[in-house]
Amino acid sequence: MAAEMSGATSGGMPEEVSGTRSALRSGSRSGSRSGSRSGSRKQRAAVLGTGQTRHRSKRPDVSIAGLCREAVDCALADAGLELADIDAVVVGKAPDLFEGVMMPELYLADALGAVGKPMLRVHTAGSVGGATGNVAASLVQAGRHRRVLAVAFEKQSESNAMWALSIMPPFAMPVLAGAGGYFAPHIRSYIRRSGAPEHVGAMVAVKDRRNGAKNPYAHLRQPDITLESVQASPMLWDPVRYDETCPSSDGACAVVIGDQAAAEASSGPVAWIRATAMRTEPTMFSGKDNVSPRAGSDAAAALWHAAGITSPLDQIDVAEIYVPFSWFEPMWLENLGFAPEGQGWQFTQNGETEIGGSIPVNPSGGVLCSNPIGASGLLRFAESAMQVMGKAGEHQVPGAKTALGHAYGGGSQYFSMWVVADTPD
Amino acid sequence: MSARAVSARAVNGRVSSDVAVIGFAEAPCVRHTNGTTNGVEMLVPIFQQVLAETGLDRRDIGFWCSGSSDYLAGRAFSFVSAVDAIGAFPPVMESHVEMDGAFALYEAWVKVLTGEVDVALAYGFGKSSAGDLRRVLALQLDPYTMAPLWPDSVGLAALQARLGLENHIWTERGMAEVAVRSRSAALGNPQAQLSGEVTADELLAEPYLAEPLRAHDCAPVTDGAAVVVLAAADRARQLCERPAWIAGFEHRIDSAEFGGRDLTTAPSAAAAGSAAGAAGVDVAELHAPFTHQELILRDALGLGESARISPSGGALAGNPMFAAGLARIGHAARQVMSGQAERALGHATSGPALQQNLVCVLEAQ
Repeated sequence: MAAEMSGATSGGMPEEVSGTRSALRSGSRSGSRSGSRSGSRKQRAAVLGTGQTRHRSKRPDVSIAGLCREAVDCALADAGLELADIDAVVVGKAPDLFEGVMMPELYLADALGAVGKPMLRVHTAGSVGGATGNVAASLVQAGRHRRVLAVAFEKQSESNAMWALSIMPPFAMPVLAGAGGYFAPHIRSYIRRSGAPEHVGAMVAVKDRRNGAKNPYAHLRQPDITLESVQASPMLWDPVRYDETCPSSDGACAVVIGDQAAAEASSGPVAWIRATAMRTEPTMFSGKDNVSPRAGSDAAAALWHAAGITSPLDQIDVAEIYVPFSWFEPMWLENLGFAPEGQGWQFTQNGETEIGGSIPVNPSGGVLCSNPIGASGLLRFAESAMQVMGKAGEHQVPGAKTALGHAYGGGSQYFSMWVVADTPD
Repeated sequence: MSARAVSARAVNGRVSSDVAVIGFAEAPCVRHTNGTTNGVEMLVPIFQQVLAETGLDRRDIGFWCSGSSDYLAGRAFSFVSAVDAIGAFPPVMESHVEMDGAFALYEAWVKVLTGEVDVALAYGFGKSSAGDLRRVLALQLDPYTMAPLWPDSVGLAALQARLGLENHIWTERGMAEVAVRSRSAALGNPQAQLSGEVTADELLAEPYLAEPLRAHDCAPVTDGAAVVVLAAADRARQLCERPAWIAGFEHRIDSAEFGGRDLTTAPSAAAAGSAAGAAGVDVAELHAPFTHQELILRDALGLGESARISPSGGALAGNPMFAAGLARIGHAARQVMSGQAERALGHATSGPALQQNLVCVLEAQ
């Protein structure tokens, strides 16, 4: 075993092999029809530190590399580490056309301290930030590395996302009206199906923007926003109003993930990664449920199972969920299993998703306050970790011990999630 | 093929890696396909081929991972439509890298190592003919200081080749001999784009394309796709008579600053090769899009005279962007699976002037 593992060590960091792993590996590994297997030999992994930029509509003071480095330096400082302590780097961002740079991680190798190390670049549409966290976690869980840096970013001001999304590929339905135009009919369908009152979307916007006012990094900080002011804002894509829509942001997020030894050596609190899950389904097919996609509910079921969670509502203390348009809060509450089908909106209406409610959602302000697209998923993951580390400052949910980070992308077809907690199991 | 009799591996001595390549297929390497840039038309036939050859159903695949580039496709989210090729409903566990499929294979291998899945499939695809490849690749450069100058990929490789010539590290004839061997080897690869018997004298009589590079020094522009299937220990033995066990799998990246490193070497390839155990392989499939880059890689990986180099013809015989590196690993694995090699190496590169390099060492047991 030791001989085998020595060859698997990367980045110049000697790696110890735990007896636990050897014991687990000799156990049963019979595969099921689905290709998954029960005899896990996964190693523990934990978030050692997180960092993010001050998200703004334009960050002309920094280059793309400078933006990323701002988040990386914060994450390393939070973890009490330096770039030299990092064994591998995982970079995530949404389509390259958003900045007009092909595979920007190649140019970023120097700025991210990756020279001489392994570097991966993940791209799973809007869910990419979450996928970046999950891939980085898997490098530790597989025993490949001791400390991995996950970095995700978008610098929307350097190009035009609407243009990048409005091309006319053959044999595919053009989006034409951007993401809002694509998702608005799904939201209308949810309202029709569930009978939700029309003001619920505005309630989400009020809660998230007020939460964002407590988050020093948030792009939009609106402590004085009211239900009336949201409802008076212009209608963009019926039923989505201007104030119910995510902004276009420049921003980056970085997370340092370490193995058990690294976590135990950390001087500060860590967030143990209890489980990760990713699922994908096609954009369009006969029978697709755009309101509650099966890829999302399958991913959630796998996540809760892997984390040993039988009642998410009771066992999750806070959720950072990818809500780019207000109505996705009640929609995802149902898809994730926090609320019965058709009842997610009641949680919002009753204030259960506010800080202090039974399932606080997006105490950071979420995507509705900051949307550096590629980073938005990793921000959800990082914010969930900050909550269980007790580092969320003014938007801390008191006593949070177990948290969900969630992201989705494409035509509601890519889902990535994790559960973090203040103890390893 | 569920019950193929397979002899158990010896368990004495060193412990082999417990994840193996058990299947490989690649689309024909061609100058131009009529299919869409999302790769579906190239992918469906090779998925069918590799699943048939391994006896697997698509629902047996526990994890899918792909490699491709939106810029090559000229559209955002090109990989999203590629998912249509895999029949992803019920939903699948899936991921994507904006890199060569070889790096998707790495992610898939890591997934198997975590114990979450037994069987994983990686694929890569690229319709290089959709745009002006030389100019498209210029957009990989530093967007503030380099890309606005539009130095194209062939021009940058020519600068690298020039450095080696002026420092007497290689010669134009030595470069031509790489092309001669590649074209000849590719005669045995039905999917190759360029093959034939030529001499170095004939090639050296041709005009320069971007001095000191001639056409034969540069990989062709290729549309194509590749797929590789991985399986964990017991499953691998069930599904494949002679799995190609992964003994080492490593990748590294070098600086993006052309003035910041010696371009006649590839430190990232050397580091990845050393960590993966490149020394002493019987055969190496190298992803060298330019003849002089093969010479750099042979040196960096410490490949001696006894190692056969790129029996498929290598990238010079067909270079489907974002699939060629994965195909190199597939061809290396095929050498092991067919019994032609005991220990083989597959290599992939990414970025200008061999900036990023990956090495996968495979062995019979």
